Amino acid sequence: MIVIRTPARLSVRLRPRVLAVGTVCLLLTVGVGVLAIGHGEYPMSPTDVLRTLTGGGSPAEEFIVTQLRLPRLVTGLAVGTALGLAGAVFQALVRNPLGSPDVLGFTQGAATGALVVVAVGGSSAALAGSAALGGVVTGLLIYLIAWRRGVHGYRLVLVGIGMSAILTGVNGYLMTRVPLMSASRAMLWLTGSLDGRGWSDAAPLLAALAVLVPALLACAPALRMTELGDDAASGLGVSVHRLRLLLLAGAVLLVALSAAAAGPVPFVALTAPHLARRLTRSPGVTLLPAAVVGALITVVADQVALRALPGQLPVGVVTGVIGGGYLVWLLATERRAGRL
Amino acid sequence: MALLAVAVLSIAVGAKPIPPSDVWHALTDRDAAEYTVVRQLRLPRTLLGLLAGAALGVAGAAMQALTRNPLADPGLLGINAGAAAAIATATALFGLRGGTGQVWFALLGAAVVTVGVYAVGGGRAATPARLALAGAALNAALYSYVSAVMLLDAAGLERLRFWTVGSLASADTGTVLRVLPFIAVGLLVALAAARPLNALALGDDAAQALGARPAVARAGVIIAITLLCGAATAACGPIVFVGLLVPHLVRALTGPDLRWLLPYCALLAPVLLLGSDVLGRVLGRPGELQVGLITAVVGGPLFLALVLRTRTIRS
Repeated sequence: MIVIRTPARLSVRLRPRVLAVGTVCLLLTVGVGVLAIGHGEYPMSPTDVLRTLTGGGSPAEEFIVTQLRLPRLVTGLAVGTALGLAGAVFQALVRNPLGSPDVLGFTQGAATGALVVVAVGGSSAALAGSAALGGVVTGLLIYLIAWRRGVHGYRLVLVGIGMSAILTGVNGYLMTRVPLMSASRAMLWLTGSLDGRGWSDAAPLLAALAVLVPALLACAPALRMTELGDDAASGLGVSVHRLRLLLLAGAVLLVALSAAAAGPVPFVALTAPHLARRLTRSPGVTLLPAAVVGALITVVADQVALRALPGQLPVGVVTGVIGGGYLVWLLATERRAGRL
Repeated sequence: MALLAVAVLSIAVGAKPIPPSDVWHALTDRDAAEYTVVRQLRLPRTLLGLLAGAALGVAGAAMQALTRNPLADPGLLGINAGAAAAIATATALFGLRGGTGQVWFALLGAAVVTVGVYAVGGGRAATPARLALAGAALNAALYSYVSAVMLLDAAGLERLRFWTVGSLASADTGTVLRVLPFIAVGLLVALAAARPLNALALGDDAAQALGARPAVARAGVIIAITLLCGAATAACGPIVFVGLLVPHLVRALTGPDLRWLLPYCALLAPVLLLGSDVLGRVLGRPGELQVGLITAVVGGPLFLALVLRTRTIRS
């Protein structure tokens, strides 16, 4: 453990293992990213990719990289970062390893927003906007219904589960109301896909990340104190209710915007924080590692979907199947350890 | 009485309304103008609603007793979704087109999830909220699997998207006859297990002292739940909240004795399901709203009220 102190009474604790894991994951992500850019109808070697990225490529390469392949990669990275971070926040808020936006209804809310646009017919920009709006409105509803002199973990969970069951019904209904062509478009969106994403898809999420990542990271020390219990945290000077509201708002915004960018990519928010915690072997909240691991998972899953499987499968199929398998394993081990 | 009234309504209401007084006439008189509509469409639909409703209600009550958990529900814990996932797989891989095969695959999926849920939530009691959370996570995983399968198979999507909402609209006499034996056996097994389950509520030791065999009783209940949920899901798709709410409503009338609770659930649950179906037909005129949507939208707020009211669930 390394502690860096500044004169202004600010101190940062660094754990070497967290640093090492974070660095390795970042390097891996960059490596996969370079490979991802190189892959396609017009293959490019990693050196070509790096040369083009630094501005030394031919105009054709320049166009392929910056207009076609880089946006997809950046969208994937941004979505993964947002989901990993939001998942870590949710799991800390409800104090349960299963607390993820897929389970608590936020994802379903975003899906409802998107399906409404598919049903009435609208541009993909309208679809993205409506999905973000759906996610945020659902988050607000869940918060308001669960609020009773503050929001506590399990009431949030149960209200979220109820909402998600209602919204699943509504979504199924909307799916039956649209013609088959729109239904397959909606289905593709619902699975979570990075196909054909451009800069305009990634921009809102990137802007949100620029604001929310520092904001959420600044909340991390206080969040760690709430793990001692609400009373102890209040005693240590944390305004627990305000903290929860802030964290919830930030995480919901991240989930909603990432759904707007790539559809609800399932289970990244569930698995990334777990993986991060296991890799860093740190107890409790690990926000930044979760974000990095989330980005890595999403980009790798996208590459697996593109290369290893037949047909152009969307990324959500891979994260859904892998995440579902992980979930079953998690339930079994949690059960055996008596934590469930 | 309520059941009879809802059944008559269910036959009467539709794109071509038939006055309730004429329903009996239309049922029995071969020459009546409405004979075909009633016999071919509305009667099978009503019967299926009765069967599926009874199945879901009893399965919910049995599950709540088995896991000693007030939030247990075949829909919320993912059993119906398990059946749905199995059917989706069969449809995509083997080109399954309805029929008895669908029921068997649904039973298989329901069995796997039921045993899994019991492994997580039975025995040493998980708290209600934790069990519900585990079930919701399982639900999310199974739904994402179903949507992946539907994405790969456009023809499957066309048929499954209607089925996954939960609807009685596809009912015909064949469907009713296919699921009838499964549901009947499931109901009988569940009713037979009521007494030992009552004893099990006191704990395994006390139950054994009272002459019940805990392992046999649990196995019986698991088989019953599998049969009921699998058959109901195969026939009308995954429907949530019926199995959760009906036992809670009935418990207010009968108390916790399962020998009364289960039969009353078998009577009241179809009232809720058929009532929702009729409501869907009235609201959605001239088409209809699927019954799964109605139960989700009506049952959801009731579930929230239950969660926020009940002290034991909150802790």
